Amino acid sequence: MAKVEKKPRGKDVLSDERLLELFREMLLIRRFEEKVEERFRAGELPGFLHVCIGQEAVAAGVMAALEPDDVIASTHRAHGHTISKGTHVNAIMAELYGKAEGCSHGYGGSMHLYDIEKGNLGANAVVGGGLPAITGAALAFQFRKQERVAVAFFGDGATNTGVFHESLNLAQLWKVPALFVLEMNAWAESTPISQHAPIEDFSQRAVAFGMHSIDVDGQDVEEVYKATREAREFAASGQGPVFLNIRTYRLVGHYIGDPQVYREKDEVNELRESKDPIELLRAQLELSEEEFEALDTEIEAIVEGAVEFAKAGTDPKPEDALKYVYA
Amino acid sequence: MTYREAVRDALSSAMRADDDVFIMGEDIAEMGGSMGVTQGMLAEFGPERVRNTPISEMAIVGTGIGAAMQGMRPVVEIMYQDFLTLSMEQLVNQAAKHRTMSGGQVKVPLTIRTQGGAGWSPGAQHAQQLESWFVHVPGLKVVFPSTPEDARGLLWSSIYDDNTVIFFEHRLLYPLKGTVPDEIEPIELGKARVLRAGSDVTVIAIGRMVPEALQAAEEAEKEGISVEVVDPRTLLPLDEETIITSVKKTTRCVTAHEAVTRGGFGAELAAVVQQGAFDYLDAPIERVGAKFAPLAFAPAMEQWVVPHAADVLEAVKRTVARS
Repeated sequence: MAKVEKKPRGKDVLSDERLLELFREMLLIRRFEEKVEERFRAGELPGFLHVCIGQEAVAAGVMAALEPDDVIASTHRAHGHTISKGTHVNAIMAELYGKAEGCSHGYGGSMHLYDIEKGNLGANAVVGGGLPAITGAALAFQFRKQERVAVAFFGDGATNTGVFHESLNLAQLWKVPALFVLEMNAWAESTPISQHAPIEDFSQRAVAFGMHSIDVDGQDVEEVYKATREAREFAASGQGPVFLNIRTYRLVGHYIGDPQVYREKDEVNELRESKDPIELLRAQLELSEEEFEALDTEIEAIVEGAVEFAKAGTDPKPEDALKYVYA
Repeated sequence: MTYREAVRDALSSAMRADDDVFIMGEDIAEMGGSMGVTQGMLAEFGPERVRNTPISEMAIVGTGIGAAMQGMRPVVEIMYQDFLTLSMEQLVNQAAKHRTMSGGQVKVPLTIRTQGGAGWSPGAQHAQQLESWFVHVPGLKVVFPSTPEDARGLLWSSIYDDNTVIFFEHRLLYPLKGTVPDEIEPIELGKARVLRAGSDVTVIAIGRMVPEALQAAEEAEKEGISVEVVDPRTLLPLDEETIITSVKKTTRCVTAHEAVTRGGFGAELAAVVQQGAFDYLDAPIERVGAKFAPLAFAPAMEQWVVPHAADVLEAVKRTVARS
């Protein structure tokens, strides 16, 4: 276990029970991702995969602050968001195996996880591609006078795309109830900020549109929750969209198998020691070895069960590929 | 009713009938659109439902997608179809694919209206005809009416289609007058119209080339050649049956569009016809379209590049001369 100092609690906004639930959720995401990596390396999963190890507190914290009717659009690194938005790991794992029982019925894969019933409008494999649809979903909520918010996730790389700027500009212009959640992990694939942006504080990009922005420590799930709650209240009350500038760390490569030639091994090891959101929360909760092991064993079983569920799933018929081209 | 009024009437009627329909685009509110199509609509429906947008083609198409996924029926105006290029990612990767990628969980009932066309020296970036690009994208529908009645009935059906429809209007057709039914009669997408019956040659024309083809048919008749003119109206899905039936009858086929010939929709039509009516053909299929060049500004060059009735007539004569 990493050596971390217990941080002093600020204003208590989450009970210890709720924090423990979020810890459990984050650990589920972590173990899910580790299992996905293992099964991918074993040659069982088609395509290619991006895991969110290190960023679990963002998914868990943001989603904890949303209401069930709120909607999200995710990114190519979508497993954590999808788990936290309420999709069962069985359905996600089945999707990664390309099975009909998958949350996109085998049509989407890792980068296109959908669960409309749970308010997940889909993960997007085009960087920034999902942002304007979130402006549009929020516009629909505004039209219908619904007290709902639409939430877009994206990374620092996406803030260099034209569609990012167009989407934020329009959202702010029309004051739609949207949250733009930047998971600032400082890498656009293999390209560091020093090579992809002339600024380090990406909130400037939102502020440039007159958008309210909140800086957040993305390794602290409680901070993420608090900030998102504040942002949600602001947006849902008609004051306009909010930019959440969340600093987080990708403790793994861009994709599974990424040799990470672009960064030092020591750097990754140091981050794993000091910035692992699960270790940080574990220390804060003062979980004993026994308590942690019991929880971990339970979660490992859930993840193993997801693999078994997926492997026993139904292979889609080849000709079903044409089934949903048109409504 | 003019073609322009027909488009406006379909939009207004849908908006009167249904709170989920709204329009957005650049300069569509006070100005009434660069082609005047939405004139007067702001006064009737207000700025919430007739939304002026910034010059942000990616975001306005993407915003339409998001609203459509929530069950609204947005109609986005892209001022010139040349500017569709700016929104291609949203159209091709998002609107067209959400339904399949989600395994059937999502619908995107979005309509994109756009216009273009040569004939008034707009230059190379305001006159392209790009309809064939979108016919290549599974998940989209493509409509291109040539008469007021079709514009009105097809736009209504496009708005109420549960898929994303790219609806092409031709700039020079806006003042075209035609009779329309008193009440809007929806026209099913994917149904061609035979505008003129004939027995010697079938001309399959779209957009501005439909009236040009009809004019060519008049000329041909004076020379004893009977020309049938078919307008597919919907390019995707395509009414192959009507087209093949016509060619089997006439045994000759000419395709005509204003877009450049190479890789144009005529190539797809030719493939459909040779597959479906090969044994009936008495001559190679002729394709009429623009010459392969970005459109030059000077009127003499512009008029030389794009096709006219005379080009259709010549193509018709070539097919007849072969047999």
